[in-house]
Amino acid sequence: MTISGRAYIAGIYEHPTRKADDKSLAQLHAEVAKGALEDAGLGKQDVDGYFCAGDAPGLGPLSMVDYMGLKVRHVDATETGGSSYVLHVGHAAEAIAAGKCSVALITLAGRPRAEGMATGTAPRNYGAAAPDVQFEYPFGPTVVNMYAMCAMRHMYEYGTTSRQLAWIKVAASHHAQHNPHALLRDVVTVEEVVGSPMIADPLHRLDCCVITDGGGALVVVSPDVARRLSRPRVKVRGAGEAPKHQMGGKVDLTYSGAVWSGPAAFGEAAVTPADIKYVSIYDSFTITVLMTLEDLGFCAKGQGGKFVADGNLISGTGKLPFNTDGGGLCNNHPANRGGMTKVIEAVRQLRGEAHPKVQVKNCGLALAHGTGGSLGTRHVSATLIMERE
Amino acid sequence: MSSVERMFPSPTPNPETKPFWEAAADGRLLLKRCRSCGEVHYYPRALCPFCGSGETEWRPASGGGTIYSYSVMRRAEVPYVIAYVTLDEGVTMMTNLVDCDLDAIRIGRRVRLVFKPTEGGPPVPTFTLGDL
Repeated sequence: MTISGRAYIAGIYEHPTRKADDKSLAQLHAEVAKGALEDAGLGKQDVDGYFCAGDAPGLGPLSMVDYMGLKVRHVDATETGGSSYVLHVGHAAEAIAAGKCSVALITLAGRPRAEGMATGTAPRNYGAAAPDVQFEYPFGPTVVNMYAMCAMRHMYEYGTTSRQLAWIKVAASHHAQHNPHALLRDVVTVEEVVGSPMIADPLHRLDCCVITDGGGALVVVSPDVARRLSRPRVKVRGAGEAPKHQMGGKVDLTYSGAVWSGPAAFGEAAVTPADIKYVSIYDSFTITVLMTLEDLGFCAKGQGGKFVADGNLISGTGKLPFNTDGGGLCNNHPANRGGMTKVIEAVRQLRGEAHPKVQVKNCGLALAHGTGGSLGTRHVSATLIMERE
Repeated sequence: MSSVERMFPSPTPNPETKPFWEAAADGRLLLKRCRSCGEVHYYPRALCPFCGSGETEWRPASGGGTIYSYSVMRRAEVPYVIAYVTLDEGVTMMTNLVDCDLDAIRIGRRVRLVFKPTEGGPPVPTFTLGDL
């Protein structure tokens, strides 16, 4: 069975807030759900499948279907960190293809800013029962120093430079200037990125994504439902997911799970990287983007630095426009999870609803990619390929 | 070199890993080797992550290794160096680099084992620059 052509993304919504002092977590989930359903032209009563991940409060789908008053016949709480929502689209398409639901709602929300969470620089302890924790937590693994070790190794093996990484942030900032909701709207230069404070060598502050409150939602529907709606139709063409970990101590930080999730998605969609007009690439850090582009086959391994340099990712002038909303680096990384906004901007591009200054011409085929967990230890890569019908 | 020592949080041993931390208290680093497929793995497990066999045994490590990657965490109260070190036995482990000049650290340099005390628990295996 394939999911290619068996489901459509009919509704998208990105919460405009970036700091939600006055809202609860459950409320944010419900607000983004409402926004995505309105965007699709559907109502709450149409939803018969619900998907959420580790950001949802309480017992996840159980707590949220209760809060929102949903009556569903399919739930899925697959948790793979920030890639969850990219992966959920594939899972929703599978459930729809199998007849388990016809209108699947996927939500993400969080308020790390309002809660004062030290997102990137404080070691995270996932609990003593996690088998890795006693062998890692004492050494102070944080989000940023784990990705920093990937960048350090990439530089060692391939000669990648901080200036090349900086171009990724520069491109994101060029896009963010047109997004009124973006947290950071100032265009930055390579010099400003490499001159910003060092957080964990070799990653500077401007190599890191923003920390924001808010969230987003998606509505994935069956072909029958999609045909009844008046929105442009965005078809799910292919999906791939792949965990990558320390392989029993055979650690290799030079590549990500995208080397497996990418070919799975491209194979299912029967397209190649050369066919893709726009990419949303998970951008927790600049190095995340560089490694992912290599691993998905947009350039050869080790050539990512050259590929992203000189504005090659800037819409309108570069060869491969990416993250035209400003991405996690400038716009939004709600709940410290960037997968949802990656799918949302890809759908905007395919509908022709991106900002005119960054809209890719004839954008018929787009890719969204998520990296959940940590590139430096264990993560799940999720790749999604979508087509404008 | 920092004059202030970073305090290491204590690891939480469990029945599966107790021998590892008991050996650490004696200043010895243990690895798990599979009797069935012969592979050494890290972090230690009861069941081999390569072949799935339950026939795994503890083996002492020499304590020598090379730096695979590292990063100086500048945004910490006491800056510290997180690292992956590839042991001479072939496995790569997460650790800290301690008691050394931050600017002398390079990928590929030789390091040797040194245990550091934790907040009330068993000591943890860290590494410093230099050969055994």
